[in-house]
Amino acid sequence: MNETASTLLIIAGVLVTLLTLSALLIWLERRLLGFWQERYGPNRVGPFGLLQVVADMIKIFMKEDWVPPFADKAVFVIAPAVIIVTILMSFAVVPFTPSIVVADLNVGLLFFLAMSSLSAYSVVLAGWASNNKYSLLGGLRASAQMLSYEVFMGLSLMGVVMLAGSFSLRDIVAAQQGVWFCIPQVLGFIIFLIAGLAETKRVPFDIPEAEAELVAGFHTEYSGMKFGMFFVGEYLGIILISAMITVLFFGGWQGPWLPPVVWFSIKTFLFICLFILLRAALPRLRFDQLMTFGWKVMLPLALVNLTVTGALVLVGHPPE
Amino acid sequence: MLKLLKGIWLVFLHAFTRPVTVQYPEEKPYLPPRWRGRIILSRDPDGEERCVGCYLCSVACPVGCIALQATEDEHGRRYPAWFRINFSRCIFCGYCEEACPTYAIQLTTDFELSEHDRRNLVYEKEHLLISGTGKYPGYNFYRVSGLRIGGKDKGEAEHEAAPTDLRSLMP
Repeated sequence: MNETASTLLIIAGVLVTLLTLSALLIWLERRLLGFWQERYGPNRVGPFGLLQVVADMIKIFMKEDWVPPFADKAVFVIAPAVIIVTILMSFAVVPFTPSIVVADLNVGLLFFLAMSSLSAYSVVLAGWASNNKYSLLGGLRASAQMLSYEVFMGLSLMGVVMLAGSFSLRDIVAAQQGVWFCIPQVLGFIIFLIAGLAETKRVPFDIPEAEAELVAGFHTEYSGMKFGMFFVGEYLGIILISAMITVLFFGGWQGPWLPPVVWFSIKTFLFICLFILLRAALPRLRFDQLMTFGWKVMLPLALVNLTVTGALVLVGHPPE
Repeated sequence: MLKLLKGIWLVFLHAFTRPVTVQYPEEKPYLPPRWRGRIILSRDPDGEERCVGCYLCSVACPVGCIALQATEDEHGRRYPAWFRINFSRCIFCGYCEEACPTYAIQLTTDFELSEHDRRNLVYEKEHLLISGTGKYPGYNFYRVSGLRIGGKDKGEAEHEAAPTDLRSLMP
C-alpha cells in the first residue's frame, strides 16, 4: 500500500513538473533567443515576463478548436495526443535520482528508443490526416528523417550499454561512478546529440515543419490546443533528450556536495540551453543534405564507435 | 565543422552584450525637432484662428484625410465652419503644412495616437485647434497681406502699402 502510494506520488510529481517545465521552456527559449539576438524577448507580463506562459495558455485555450472538413477526423484528433503520450511514457524510465524513478525497467534504454520511435507516428499521422499538401510533405520528410536518424541513435547508445553492461538506466548511471561516459564515449555522445536534435525536430533539423517552405509542415492545419499539444510535445522532447544525455553520458544524478536531484536538474538545464543556443546559431539543413549526412557520415561513425568500443571492452574483459 | 563551432560560440558571446532594444513606454526615443506627427491648427498672436479656409491643405493631402468647409464672418473674414482630419488615414507627410499660406496647419512631435475605437481618430476643429501660435510666434497673415474691410479695399487705409500685384513681373 505504502509503496503504491509513493509510486503514485512520484508519477503525479513527475507529470506536473514536466508539464509545467515544458510550458516554462517556451518562455525560456524566447528569452534566451532574445539575449543571443541582442534583444529582450518577452519581459512584460509578470516578473521577467514569467507570466507570459500563462497569457499564452489562456490565449491558446480561447482559440477556435477547428477540425478541417477535408481532414481524416479520428486520426487528426489522435495525432497530437500520440506525441505527448509517447514522450511522457519515455520519462517513466528516466532515473531523476536513485529513488525518484517511475519504472526501473531492466530494458529501460530500449523502452526509451521504442517510445521515441513511436512519437514519429504522431508527426506522420498528423501530416497524413490533415489532407493538405504541405502537411503531407512535412509528414513525409518527418518519416524519412525519423527513420534514418533512429538507426544511428540506437547504435550510438550501444557503446554505453557495453561499458555499463546493462540496459537499465539506473545501472548505467551507477556505472558512471568513476568517470562519466562522455569521456570514453565522446563520439557516441556527439552522435546521440545530433540524433537527438533530429529526433526532436529542432533547428538545424526542423525540416518537417520548415516554416520557410512548408507553411508549418505537419501542423499546418492545427489550431487551438491541438497545435499547443504539438508545441508542448516538442518542448517535452527537448527535456527528454537533455535528460537522456545527462543520464547516459554525464553521470545522471552524480556530483559532489549538492543533492542528486539538483545535479540532475543542473545538467539537464545546461543541455536544454545548448539546444536553444543551436537554434539561435544554426541555419536549417536542406533535405538531401540531411539524408546524406545521416546515412553517409553519422551511420558509419556510429558503427566505428560501436566496433572500437566492442573491441576495447573485449580486450579489457575477455569472456570467461 | 570548426567554423560551425566558431559560429555557435560567437552567438553564445552575444549573451553578454547589451540588447539594442529601446523599451519604449519607459524609455522615450529621441525625436528630432522637425519630427512630423499629429497635426494641429494654430492661432495668430491676437488669438484669432489663422486658418482662412483656402482648401490648399485638403488639395495637397495625398491620402485625402483633410476635409473642411469655409465660411465668412460679418466682416468678410474667411474661416472654416468645420475642419476635420482623419488620423487613421494621415501619413504625416507634411504636405498640408507646406501648402498652408497662413501657417495655420502645423505638424507637432506627438505620435502617440492609439485609440480603442477607430472613429476616435477623426479629429474635429475643436480637437485640432490650439491656443498658441505653434512654430511661428508673432506671425499674423492679415498684418502681412492687408485686409479688406467694409468700404475699404486692401492698401487703401492710411499708412498702408498697396498689395503686391500678382500678375506683374515687376518687384
